[in-house]
This record gives sequence, C-alpha cells and structure tokens, in this order.
Amino acid sequence: MNAPLLQVRDLCVEYDTPAGPAKAVDHVSFDLHAGEFLAVVGESGCGKSTMLFSIAQLLTAPAKTVGGEVLFDGANLAELSAEELRRVRWRDLSVVMQSAMNALNPTLSIGAQLADTCRAHTDWDEAKIAARSAEVLSMVSIDPTHLASFPFQLSGGMRQRAMIAMALLLEPKLVIMDEPTSALDVVAQRSLMRQVENLRRELGFAVLFVTHDMSVVSHFSDRLAVMYAGQVVEMGSTRDVFDRPRHPYAHGLLEAFPSLVGDPRPLVGIPGNPPSLVTPPVGCRFADRCEHATDECRTVAPTLELIDGHAVRCHLVAKGVLQ
Amino acid sequence: MTEPILRVSHLSRYFRVGGFRSKGTLHATDDVSFDVAPGEIVALVGESGSGKSTIARVLAGLYPPTSGTITFEGKTLGKKSSRQVRGHMPMVFQDPFGSINPVLRVGHSLLRSLTLHRPELDKQARQAEAVALVEKVGLLPGAEVLLRYPHELSGGQRQRLGFAQALASKPSLILADEPVSMLDVSIRIGLLNVMKSLRDDEGVSLLYITHDLASARYVADRMIVLYAGRIVEEGRTDEVIATPQHPYTRLLMATAPDPRLPLAADTDVEDLGEPPKVIDPEPGCLFAPRCPLVMDVCRTATPVPVALSTTQRVACFAVANP
Repeated sequence: MNAPLLQVRDLCVEYDTPAGPAKAVDHVSFDLHAGEFLAVVGESGCGKSTMLFSIAQLLTAPAKTVGGEVLFDGANLAELSAEELRRVRWRDLSVVMQSAMNALNPTLSIGAQLADTCRAHTDWDEAKIAARSAEVLSMVSIDPTHLASFPFQLSGGMRQRAMIAMALLLEPKLVIMDEPTSALDVVAQRSLMRQVENLRRELGFAVLFVTHDMSVVSHFSDRLAVMYAGQVVEMGSTRDVFDRPRHPYAHGLLEAFPSLVGDPRPLVGIPGNPPSLVTPPVGCRFADRCEHATDECRTVAPTLELIDGHAVRCHLVAKGVLQ
Repeated sequence: MTEPILRVSHLSRYFRVGGFRSKGTLHATDDVSFDVAPGEIVALVGESGSGKSTIARVLAGLYPPTSGTITFEGKTLGKKSSRQVRGHMPMVFQDPFGSINPVLRVGHSLLRSLTLHRPELDKQARQAEAVALVEKVGLLPGAEVLLRYPHELSGGQRQRLGFAQALASKPSLILADEPVSMLDVSIRIGLLNVMKSLRDDEGVSLLYITHDLASARYVADRMIVLYAGRIVEEGRTDEVIATPQHPYTRLLMATAPDPRLPLAADTDVEDLGEPPKVIDPEPGCLFAPRCPLVMDVCRTATPVPVALSTTQRVACFAVANP
C-alpha cells in the first residue's frame, strides 16, 4: 500500500479564552489515502471545523495549533513558509467553504473569480484560463454562460457547485469540504453529493468532508470519523459505523434520527450537553451523558483502541462489555 | 368530525419585488387552503422558498394576507388580528438565540406573558404557573430555571423556553416555525417529544413548519407538502409517507438522506434541485419543468388539490386523471 496522502498526527488546537485555553481539537490522528473519501461528523462545538482549518493552515487567532503534525504528500504543512504554502494550495489541496454566499465575492462575476485563482496559482494565458473555467463549470452541471453571472444571479445550489468548480480548477489531490451542503435543500444536497462522488471517481482526488449531519454522507464516504468534545471517539468504514455503531455517543447520535422507513417508534436523543473544553472531565468526555458510565469512565480517560479494524474510544467497548 | 380550530381558505400573500424598472410580484403563498383540528399536529413541509414561513407569518398577523380568509376558533380574522387572538395562536421561532431578550432573566419574559394574557392570576399564582410551564417543557427544576439568564441556557433549552412562553397564554394552537432546525441532532428529538407531549397532555394543536420530512413523520398527524407557494399534496402522515402521490413528494422522499437505507437503495434521481420561478409565475404547474410525468396540460393550466380519498389530496393532473 502506498503512503497515505495526508497523515494527521496528534493534532491539538486551542482557543484562547478568558477562562484559559479551550482544547477544541485534542490529539486527533488519522490517515487519508489518495482518492479516499473520509467524513468527519460531530455536533456543533466538537472541533470538526477547527480541525479542518488547522489542517489547511487557515486558523487565525484566538485559535492556535499547539501540537502535532500534518503531513501532506510527505511535507509537514505546519512548517511550510507562507510562500511554500501558497504553492501547495489550490494545486495540491483546495478548500470548499460552508457558505458559498460568504465565500464568493458578490461584486465579481463567477468567471472573474475563477480567472483570479488561475492567475494567482498558474502562468496560464487568458485563452487557457477561459477554456479551463468553462470546463470546470460544465463538470458541475453549470452552463458556461454563467461565467458572466454574478453570485446573486445563481441559486444556492449553483453557487455551492461553482465553489466546487473553483476548488477543482487546478486538479488538486485533496479537496477539503466544510459543510458544503448545510445551506441547501435536500434535493440540491443529494445532487451536490452525487456530483462530488462522480467527480471524485473520475478525477481521483481525495475528500475530507466535515458535516454535522451524518445522514448526508451515509451513502458517499468510504470512512467515517465521529468527533465528540475535540476527540475522535469512533472511526471505521462508513457502512460499519452506521450498521454497528460501538461508541455510546455514535449509537445515540444514530438513534436520534427519525427515519422515513420502518415502523414509527419513539426516539430519545442524548440527554445533557457537551462538556466544557476549558476544563474537560478527567475521565471519558462523554461519561456525564452516557447511560452505561462506570466509575472508571469518570476517572480514567479512555484511549482510541482498534477493535476489528474499527477505532473506538470507550472503556466498555474495549472490555467487550458493550457491543 | 369536530369543527376545525383553524381554517385557512384560498390564502395568498404576494410581495412586490424589484426596483423602478423591473417590477415583479413574488407569489410567496398562492391559493392555500387547509384545516387544523383540535389536538392535532399538522406539518407544513417544503423547501426554502416554498412559502411555509410566509403562511405562519400571515397566521400570526405579522403580514396581512393579499387575499383569502383565516377562520380561527369560529371567528374570521380581520386584516389586523387583536392581541387576544394572537395570544391564542402564539409562535415559536427558528432561532433560539435571536428570539429571547438576553439582558432579562428567563422568568421576566415568562411572567410578562402571563401578566398580559392571563390577567386573572395574582402575583403568587403567576409565579407558580411560570414554574409549572417551564417544567411542562422539561426544564427542571423550574424555580431555578426562571432565575437564569438566557446565555446560561443551551440552544435546546432556549427552544424549550420558547414553547413554555407560547404555552403561557393557554393557546389552542401553537405555530412552530422550524423550531428544531438550528439545534444539534441529539437535541432535536427531545424538542419533537415536547411537541408531542403538548398535544397529548395539554390538548394543544400545533402547526409544525419544517423542511425535514423525517421529523414531520415523527411528530405530525397530518402532513401538507408545499411547492412554490402552493399545496401539492396533503394527507395523513402515514398515507403520505407510505404512498406519496405527487411527483414532488416522491422526489423529496427519494432524496431525503437516511442512514438506515442500504447503499443499494440509493436511487438514481437526476434532479439538480433548482428552485421554481415564483416571481410573476406563468400559468401551469410550477413543478412541470422538473417533473418526470409532465404532460401538455401541465404547462397551461394550474392544478388544484383533488381528493384521492377522504383524507389525501393531491394537486397534479398526471396523478388525478392518468
């Protein structure tokens, strides 16, 4: 097997708060292979977007990467200079932001914004820029006449697809996506996901996808990582996590989705709220909300253990008490 | 059948849009009719721009209707509904952070609602009632919650407070406009359960406005599907979910993400989800450009809801007369 495209090792990010540093991302490690689709799911405040921004080296104060490394294609992104990073960005890795409305410039046409990217990162001539811009727009099912359109003239789904077109301009090896579907209607959401999936098969880029809605990625990602309070609590193949969630949090999260299939039945959700990240619990971070918690859970922090190819951070699962 | 508590007939609300050269009329809600029975949860389901929030806002008296009538508890509401009527039909808003005054204690706003809508209560009874209200929506212990400030509550707790506040006027109907869409998944279900308990224990009717078909299935007795400001399908929730008739409802069902479905069930739906034209719409079915069953008549005449059974109605030429 080839070396992973992206290796994240013990990544730690803190936010400076008046009460002390909040550990938003706490020793997160994973590998992403070329062409693979890894989804990271978790609820608001679990550190998933912070982690993405840290990987892409886009964090700004008060957030700070305080430990760990991000190896991309063999280079540690955290140690690159601004100029070296500029060469990696867009050519090798690109980012699709959550809100296309805020990420696109409202005063420039789509074509001008695509051209701007090309000029900043390539030495293409105008003809090549125009041809490539039209090509990427067609790839996401937008008619190239929209190169002359301004963002306000496009629907939400088209804007988000234009963002993806922009990310694909220079054929990157990795596309990082931060909740690209959250502002879209379900039909547009599904269509966008299908397009990402088709393009990935065709062009072979890897996807690191963050979302709060695990049902969105359920049919598209190869692997799934579930984050809770800054830590990965479960990671495995997507189907496996959905069919047999081991961690009580992942289990509870899945149990909280009303379904359109099967008999209607009462659901309960997960009681309580996530812990403070400034003073996280000494034991398991989920212990306070977990119906199975024991004294050990409250006093000893569990580690991420690999059980049948499936990583889980839970004492009870590690001991075989919970399935 | 009992008298409906709310009857909406031929309700339309248009907005003027555009500037001096390009004037247009946006048909946010067009010829919408439906009933809500006592003690019933009705879900208005639609995507953004389908007019579901406009209907709630017209009902709450925030906008006057362009045409159509609203009959609430047997009385037809005028252009400006009185505070008393509104008190019986309070609204819970989408954003739990923007809808509560951050500088006042939780108890303040709740006691104020009670003072306004329940003048018969004296000071002590008001306090007792406020405690009872927050406990009804699962905020425990009530007396302590009343002393907190909104920033001390999580999003889910704030939304529960929104329902407590709506309950203060002893309403017969609560308008809930996307009350859970801003909450985390693990919190949402708790709120949906609160809505069910209000129906079952307090006998309140709810108009639940949502874009999420699965949550509508979970709480609602009946379901109304909106597209481009018009009702495309209406029926008992189990009926609509088991046998969706309108091609748009079927599209929604096919695209709703559901982790429980196996991978193979991923249907090949070729639809980009482009929104309909609601500014100066042409005659004809607004879903026609996206519809797999489209016929010539769909482009010239506007379909109206037709009864398929005593409970299910659908506005589609292809389904009603195949």
